[in-house]
Amino acid sequence: MKSLGSIRRSFAPWNDPEARPYIVFENVTKRFGDFTAVNDLSLDIYEREFFALLGASGCGKSTLLRMLAGFEEPTSGRILLEGQDLRGIPPYRRPVNMMFQSYALFPHMTVEANIAFGLKQDGMPKADIEARVAEMLKLVRLEQFARRKPHQLSGGQRQRVALARSVAKRPKVLLLDEPLGALDKKLREATQFELMDLQQELGLTFVVVTHDQEEAMTMADRIAIMDKGQVMQVATPAEVYEAPTSRFVADFVGNVNMLEGTVAERSEKTATITGASGARIVVENAGDAAAGSEVAFAIRPEKIKVSSRPPAAGVPNVMEGEIWDLAYLGDMTVYHVKLSDGQVVKASALNSARITEDQLSWNDKAWISFAPDAGVVLTR
Amino acid sequence: MQGQLSRFNISALVLGFSFLYLPIILLIIYSFNDSRLVTVWGGFSTRWYVSLLSNQQLLDAAWVTARIAFVSATVATVLGTLAALALTRYTRFRGRFLFSGMVFAPLVMPEVITGLSLLLLFVAIGLDRGFLTVTLAHITFTMCFVAVVVQSRLMSFDRSLEEAAMDLGATPVRTFFQVTLPVILPAIVSGWMLAFTLSLDDLVIASFTSGPGATTLPMRIYSQVRLGVTPEINAVCTLLIVVVTAGVLTAAVVNKRRDVQRQRDEQAAQRG
Repeated sequence: MKSLGSIRRSFAPWNDPEARPYIVFENVTKRFGDFTAVNDLSLDIYEREFFALLGASGCGKSTLLRMLAGFEEPTSGRILLEGQDLRGIPPYRRPVNMMFQSYALFPHMTVEANIAFGLKQDGMPKADIEARVAEMLKLVRLEQFARRKPHQLSGGQRQRVALARSVAKRPKVLLLDEPLGALDKKLREATQFELMDLQQELGLTFVVVTHDQEEAMTMADRIAIMDKGQVMQVATPAEVYEAPTSRFVADFVGNVNMLEGTVAERSEKTATITGASGARIVVENAGDAAAGSEVAFAIRPEKIKVSSRPPAAGVPNVMEGEIWDLAYLGDMTVYHVKLSDGQVVKASALNSARITEDQLSWNDKAWISFAPDAGVVLTR
Repeated sequence: MQGQLSRFNISALVLGFSFLYLPIILLIIYSFNDSRLVTVWGGFSTRWYVSLLSNQQLLDAAWVTARIAFVSATVATVLGTLAALALTRYTRFRGRFLFSGMVFAPLVMPEVITGLSLLLLFVAIGLDRGFLTVTLAHITFTMCFVAVVVQSRLMSFDRSLEEAAMDLGATPVRTFFQVTLPVILPAIVSGWMLAFTLSLDDLVIASFTSGPGATTLPMRIYSQVRLGVTPEINAVCTLLIVVVTAGVLTAAVVNKRRDVQRQRDEQAAQRG
């Protein structure tokens, strides 16, 4: 555990031009009748990666997973695993195991028999099966529940049985379909870290489908954000949050303020954006936004500073408004500031000091400001 | 109203239940009648049960009926289960609606018509009527009952169980025998029991399709009653009632116990 951080930091095969991807989706399309679930999608996943497919329901993420498991065949395109085309290979011959959202534990078998099921199919000798099952039970800390049936277990225990069963065969890739969806919040958070440790311990490639962005951010090395059967962005959690490449991604992950405007001036490093009301903001991270183009400036609430007095002269990007709404959350306070042009901007501030007399309150005059590099300019 | 029985409710209950069970209770009482005359009470006796044991015709009929019921229920269960599987699994084939309608039509088909059409068929293909033809006929009409029972179970069957089995390396055939079959087995067993009971008490279809040497118990009872009800018939009917009631009660008690046990387990598991 102690070295996990440094391993994680140095693990970035997607930046290495020499590295060969482990799983490749090549222009994959899947149609169900008239409905296109996955639309001409290409994606690379590397060995030992913890990869998350994040998206709202119906975005095609589960279909992608089911195609990898072999329950669905792509309408067109190819899926490669270690360079081998998976087309036509039935699920029971793929070196891939899946943990189902409903867990799909066999109700007529004990915990032991559930875990041993996959091993028996391979004709593993009985002694080896017993040893492996004992090892798996130890891994998920269910030794004393070996002879129970699934209905005699709690939700968290069932989840761990499902996990043990799906890794018992040491698959090359483990697919997890909303693995923590059925657990309550506390248990979910604890289990997220267990899953990460397990992945490190076994050295497997994990592909997890989730609609919970916090879950994806916590666990994954990289996240693919999906919408309408297409990948909108593939990046590390930090990149997805700090440097989204489209309005959709910025809006989907976390809270964001979207200031729409036109690029008035453009230099190599900075851009000046004019809003609808004429307010001018100077920003960096303008990417390829050309002068005259319609853009959105996306900035996270915690990167906006709120003050009750006008900031000193020389501070860039100052706007005046009044406190429209505020929510005190204990560790932080969320302000909704209504600007003079009527737009409401969200800003959050950590309550690093205890509450004092000098607090902003409803309808107080307030000034917001942010650094030029605090947000990103989005053209898409 | 809640929990309390008003006078109206009590009388409705008594009326309803006596309407249902009075004839049966009368039959049971008269089976212990010492008198040879069915309608005259001559004191308590079990002599008709004793004489039943020496009535070779009735015993033969009972044996034939049991054999037919066993064989036809077994075959009907296999065919009905297959039909139910086909109808729930292959939802995309053409004419599925027509097929499912055709499987379930015999449920509402008048027995006389089923019996008559089967008789015509057997005559047309020159099959001698007897044990075989009655069995075939019973398979035909009990199969759809099995299909209905099994299909309703398959509707609520979690398909991801089968996917999980295949994902873990089980071929479709192994998946069926190791996962699907054990999970739907209770429905298949109750389907078999339903088919067995239906075959046991069928009179109409058996009369159409039976031949010499294959007289079933309901047929025998019916033909004897036409010559006059004897206390022996009452005795044999009482025995039938006892057998059926025992079966139903056992099934109910076993089910109830399992449910209670399951609930207790689940509550225990939730507590940790």
